[in-house]
Amino acid sequence: MLPTPSTAHVCFDHVYEPAEDSFLLLDTLSSPSETAFLHSRFKQTSFQEGSNETCNSSSPLVLEIGVGSGVVLAFVAANASNIFGRSDVLTLGTDINSFACKDASRTVQTATDEHCPTPFFDIINGDLASSIRSSCIDIFLFNPPYVPAELPDLSRHDNYNTLPMGQTSTSFEQDSYLLALSYAGGADGMEVTNRMLEQIPQILHPVRGVGYLLLCAQNKPEEVKQHIRNWGSRWMAETVGSSGKKAGWEKLQIVRIWRETSK
Amino acid sequence: MKILTLNFLTCARKLCKSSNTAFPLHPKEADLEIVETEINVLFLKNIMGRLMWEELKGVVGELGLPDLPPTPPEPETLVETKLQAPEGDNTGLNIEKAEVPSQIAKDLHRVLLETCVKEGKLVCGNCGHEYAVREGIANFLLPGHLV
Repeated sequence: MLPTPSTAHVCFDHVYEPAEDSFLLLDTLSSPSETAFLHSRFKQTSFQEGSNETCNSSSPLVLEIGVGSGVVLAFVAANASNIFGRSDVLTLGTDINSFACKDASRTVQTATDEHCPTPFFDIINGDLASSIRSSCIDIFLFNPPYVPAELPDLSRHDNYNTLPMGQTSTSFEQDSYLLALSYAGGADGMEVTNRMLEQIPQILHPVRGVGYLLLCAQNKPEEVKQHIRNWGSRWMAETVGSSGKKAGWEKLQIVRIWRETSK
Repeated sequence: MKILTLNFLTCARKLCKSSNTAFPLHPKEADLEIVETEINVLFLKNIMGRLMWEELKGVVGELGLPDLPPTPPEPETLVETKLQAPEGDNTGLNIEKAEVPSQIAKDLHRVLLETCVKEGKLVCGNCGHEYAVREGIANFLLPGHLV
């Protein structure tokens, strides 16, 4: 088993604490079937093989949306050789919560300093992937706010996204708001995920791009997968990891989203 | 935030997505710092092919940093062979060939991965919106009326 990055410095009062969903994502990404898929998709080819191979040989860029504590992105960065078969992997993350951005940045930096010099970019404070240049993401990761619960009131975001004026700590209301951002997904727990899905065809690299999305049973995963397949004949969506099996129902699952390359 | 990151970011506004002036964002009143990291030559070699070099050069120029070469350096110029004694061997009898990062690689690593915008703004060339960078973290959240 690959080591789980340390998140000891993260303040879990207002940043999502790694839980079963985070670990399912880690386990799935490092499972034999997924590493085999990723190794073959991101194979390094030698430079002498000609320019038609440049697409395969250039360093893959990983984007995680909603990094929270940063545990998933740090895991991917620190174990890039195991997961992708190469260490020249770039990692970039976003989160709507500025406190999460700071803490996650440290999580990834610490993990890469300790394990492997994978070039870590930055964590951006933003809404989903709205600031990401189109077609440049090779690996997309998203553990969304998936709980069917009312979305927090975003009109308070500006006030709650920084420390209160003159204070050195966050208030209880502020912490509740920031944590709600990390789990509350609105109707069917799908409101945020649906907004994200809309951006995926834009940001994913047209050939290499692959996404991993976590869903819970209430998100109606079969419908979500069908929705993705309806984007076009080459779009694929399959469950590649699951946990919490109960009477044949998966509580949580990881869906891989990708385009079949035309042969 | 690293200079290299700017090569993968655009303005977050929907109306700017189709504009070719929304990328790259232009640093303004930028306060830079150097954060040293280990050099990864394999990465430098493999990133060249996917960079938007002209835009990168532009940003580096706007920040007043030394000019980048007119075209991305060829992968083979990023390493050089050096004759040196194996680590810990001071006898001077066992000289071997070793591949080390070239000066070009070191300079690139310095600019792309170690030079960071600590405080400042990033400005969209299309709509003029200014995104703040504070404590090294860029804020791309838009006020409600701009989304």
